[in-house]
Amino acid sequence: MTLKEVKEILDAEVFVGHDQLEMEVKTAFGADLMSDVLAFAKSGSLLLTGLTNPQIVRTSDVLDIAAIIIVRGKRPLPETIQLAEELRIPILSTKYILFETAGRLYTKGIVGCVDKVGEKRDFS
Amino acid sequence: MISHETVICEKSFPIKGRTFENAGHISSKVKSMLQKMQLSNDVVRRVAMVTYEAEINICSYAERGRIVLRVTPKFITIEAIDRGQGIEDIELAMKEGYSTATDKIRQMGFGAGMGLANIKRYSDTFRIYSEIGKGTHLKMIIRIV
Repeated sequence: MTLKEVKEILDAEVFVGHDQLEMEVKTAFGADLMSDVLAFAKSGSLLLTGLTNPQIVRTSDVLDIAAIIIVRGKRPLPETIQLAEELRIPILSTKYILFETAGRLYTKGIVGCVDKVGEKRDFS
Repeated sequence: MISHETVICEKSFPIKGRTFENAGHISSKVKSMLQKMQLSNDVVRRVAMVTYEAEINICSYAERGRIVLRVTPKFITIEAIDRGQGIEDIELAMKEGYSTATDKIRQMGFGAGMGLANIKRYSDTFRIYSEIGKGTHLKMIIRIV
């Protein structure tokens, strides 16, 4: 689905990336630990997180994360927005909690970027 | 003639310790440098990841440090050299989940005890040397082909 559809499903506010809403996303990863994001997330996925600091953007840049969805109604810090604009990584914010965010996306076809840790997801 | 030892690129990046002010900007720089060299996405991502984890460690624990990137036709070497407290028990520090992180580091989303384990996982060769009260030296090699 497109990022625009993600925005609608999550009733989300777009902070960065108004011009990138046509991008396609298929998978997601959710965590508040950037260390776990680095260990498990796959490129091209959405990152669902409750953190708002610039490290969510740096981590996403390193992993080629498609876009960041900040959950629980939190808003990105000004320095986070600035860095995301510089690195062209969209940031959306939704008032849904992490569980609801993941559930709503999952029922519409977005799946985890890995199924179980250590196993490759079969996308066939 | 280009031998396997020919250094295509070598660059040293200084890093401020004990601050997250610029944490990750070296990794972003390294990543865009490598992208311009037309290396595969997988290689670029692995180098960016190990550089980022090493950079975060310096920002978290060291007084100061540097990342040295070296590219040869077959390998990319990343060294992270710091002056700082050093690691008391390397075997323990390598264990997933073990961490000595402060609250400040955890607030940034790090300190889950995955850093060194991740670095090892994404490197083809990984070496670590550390001396208490002096500092730590990581050396990671990633094969290009």
